[in-house]
Amino acid sequence: MRLIGWAIALAAAGLTPAAAQTPASSTTPTTAAAPAATPPAGTAQDATKPDAAQPAIVPGSVGHMIPTPGIGEPDGRKGVQDQVTPIGEEAANFHNGPLMWVAVIISVFVLLLLLYAMIRFRRGANPTPSRNSHNTLIEVIWTLVPVLILVGIAIPSIKLLRHQYSPPPADVTVKVTGHQWYWSYEYPDNGVTFDSYMLKEANDPTRQANQRARTDDDGPPLLAVDERIVIPQGKVVKFLVTADDVIHSFAVPAFWIKQDANPGQVHETWVKVDRPGVYFGQCSELCGARHGFMPIGVEVVPPTQFAEWVASKGGHLKGAAPAAATVAAAAPATPAAAQPQAGATTEQPATNQAATAQN
Amino acid sequence: MSTTADSLHLRSHEAHDAHHDADHKPGFFTRWFMSTNHKDIGTLYLIFAIVSGVIGGAISGIMRWELMEPGIQVLNQAWPIGAGTANFDEWTHHWNVLITAHGLIMVFFMVMPAMIGGFGNWFVPLMIGAPDMAFPRMNNISFWLLIPSFCLLLGSTFVSGGTGLGAGTGWTVYAPLSTSGSAGPAVDMAIFALHLAGASSILGAINFITTIFNMRAPGMTLHKMPLFVWSVLVTAFLLLLALPVLAGAITMLLTDRNFGTTFFDASGGGNVVLYQHLFWFFGHPEVYIMILPGFGMVSQIVATFSRKPVFGYLGMAYAMVSIGVIGFVVWAHHMFTTGMNVDEKMYFTAATMIIAVPTGVKIFSWIATMWGGSITFETPMLWAIGFIFLFTVGGVTGVILANGGVDNYMHDTYYVVAHFHYVLSLGAVFAIFGGFYYWFPKMSGKMYNEFLGKVHFFLMFIGVNVIFFPMHFLGLDGMPRRIPDYTPAFAHWNYVATVGYMITIAGVAVFFVNLFWSLAAGKKAPNNPWGEGATTLEWTLSSPPPFHQYSTLPKID
Repeated sequence: MRLIGWAIALAAAGLTPAAAQTPASSTTPTTAAAPAATPPAGTAQDATKPDAAQPAIVPGSVGHMIPTPGIGEPDGRKGVQDQVTPIGEEAANFHNGPLMWVAVIISVFVLLLLLYAMIRFRRGANPTPSRNSHNTLIEVIWTLVPVLILVGIAIPSIKLLRHQYSPPPADVTVKVTGHQWYWSYEYPDNGVTFDSYMLKEANDPTRQANQRARTDDDGPPLLAVDERIVIPQGKVVKFLVTADDVIHSFAVPAFWIKQDANPGQVHETWVKVDRPGVYFGQCSELCGARHGFMPIGVEVVPPTQFAEWVASKGGHLKGAAPAAATVAAAAPATPAAAQPQAGATTEQPATNQAATAQN
Repeated sequence: MSTTADSLHLRSHEAHDAHHDADHKPGFFTRWFMSTNHKDIGTLYLIFAIVSGVIGGAISGIMRWELMEPGIQVLNQAWPIGAGTANFDEWTHHWNVLITAHGLIMVFFMVMPAMIGGFGNWFVPLMIGAPDMAFPRMNNISFWLLIPSFCLLLGSTFVSGGTGLGAGTGWTVYAPLSTSGSAGPAVDMAIFALHLAGASSILGAINFITTIFNMRAPGMTLHKMPLFVWSVLVTAFLLLLALPVLAGAITMLLTDRNFGTTFFDASGGGNVVLYQHLFWFFGHPEVYIMILPGFGMVSQIVATFSRKPVFGYLGMAYAMVSIGVIGFVVWAHHMFTTGMNVDEKMYFTAATMIIAVPTGVKIFSWIATMWGGSITFETPMLWAIGFIFLFTVGGVTGVILANGGVDNYMHDTYYVVAHFHYVLSLGAVFAIFGGFYYWFPKMSGKMYNEFLGKVHFFLMFIGVNVIFFPMHFLGLDGMPRRIPDYTPAFAHWNYVATVGYMITIAGVAVFFVNLFWSLAAGKKAPNNPWGEGATTLEWTLSSPPPFHQYSTLPKID
């Protein structure tokens, strides 16, 4: 009987992974077969977005900067993405430093204690168990020491929160609206508005004829978008985040930001990006069928290029803009130009905490 | 006339027999479908949990298979659930149905029935020296409510949920995706499933509280109760206080969906975040509901196989009580990205971290219980030791996530998936397997196969770590949860995780082989197979215990 048990165990251990592997390896042909099953009409939702009407894309031009691999996008590493904002650097240093060390040290400490107890107090080594079941001193110690460690974590943690919630006055404001399943962006002070969709692969059967296919210059698959948010380098950018159907979440890992987009509410988050580049994020709250297919692309450019981009979008710079050449374009457009304070936006909430306004 | 007289006569004859013979069992249908016996109901709960676990585990298999490589290669197949999917949106909706079903099944139909309904029913009366639960018929309806509940949940996958068949809202059922975002009856059916499961658990909780407070054997004060009974008592209070809040929240979802109310609809003056507050006011205690009985089982197992009493018994008991209490005031750490103000975030950061203190007390007390002991490593002990270490790993990532400012990054990424599977899939499930092997001889009267049990443990220990540890890397690299496809940079660790799943199901297969082989041909179990370390009352009874035990109540000195 015992032999049978062995045989069954071996069979189960040996065969089951193989059995599971077989169907998995047969997926390759179905990948190719799958598109054939799709009705040619596909889903019409993206047809509202006539990309074909756009002028030809010049890779590397403003709005179409070529991303740097490993920056602002996942690259298969085992840690957090490189941070490019002061808040992100503070948070990453806190995470990679004290938090990670505390986690690793406690885990290893518990593992070593367990291993020691298992070896030293196994029945062969210690046939007579002690009856010891109380030791007030050690119980007090293992209550108080964790308290001290947690206080040590809480202090920098609270400080980080304070910094996150104390934004300097905003230079540029971007209103972000989540939709099923795309983002729309509005620069209320610049008169720029556009929608941003994921770029589909060239061989994707659901891609409409008038939709531009993704190239490697746009970014990685499922992350590249047709129109990126463009923001100026070194300036404080405030994102006002909302949604118009279900909850989405606006997230860019390289900036250490994630703000849920709640329908009927406007919340704010902010960044100050010091390094030009392209940074990708993805919707981070389950929002229906294509939740995994509404990425976020942010392009950070020098302020002069930002002015150029705003002009190319038919917008204008607000107030005393950093690029003097574009003031002429901005001046006639809005009375905001008369405001003495450059950079202060009209929606600046009374407090520096996240605005929780009902709209 | 004569028939009535005959049956009356028969019935009184039966009653007469039952009076004299503690082991008199009713017929099959009466015994299993109209049961009032806590051990039979416990067995039903365990069978139910195993069936649900297989279904929930199979669903995770489909998900891991889909995620093995970039692209959509599994969701586009015709599946029994959500069959006939035709276009891209239906495939990806199908994905959302899978994650929803996996979560709800594992939480409400696997872990809770196994721990509370199964082991709680079986061993709380045995451990406190009670003949049965306080309300045996209510105990029966607690179980039988779960059957229609599970049918409603499974049935919801065959009706429209908006974009495709089934409810694709995630187990959290957030509004407005679950209200205006999901047309069709699927979400209504899922909500009714939760209502019934909640009612079942509330009735069970009332039963446990009454039993534990009123039916302890003479001399068994609260401070002499085994820690497993303590854990079930605390869990029952959490259930009783938390589940009505869930019931209210999902009822508001129902009225928003069907009767034109706007609790969670800003266009009518509602607030979408209100639902999240209500859900997590239930949801956070719920995660302790899933782990506390595991704490109790691990305490019994560690003490038994170390042949020592539990170290710091009172500290252990009150650590569970304080985890239960603090568990009610930390819920919004699940909502750090919803746009809370800074004071709320600071409070919930600090309050959440405090939970690490009683949890640390428990971890160290388990190790101190082993310290100085005379430890043997039977299968239950392996699961308990595995639990202690892996729960620690899940605990320290929990402390990292507790920091509101840091959580911005990990929230809704695979880091969170890794964290909660370390405490649930590797915590609660390890405790359940440990408890199952520990009490299998008592429940069945047969010994399990020790070798197969160890093979099961090691396969699963390796397998689940290979699944879930790489998910930390995926999350830190930015991979969001609940997506059916991913950018190629995430391919490597996803492939590794799927290989881990294969190792895990090999382990589960060994479990089933062991289960059936032991039931059919296992050695007969003695009253107490674990020796002098097993000191609780259930080991004084025969294996399996008589149909009605303790006709003379035991006395505890």
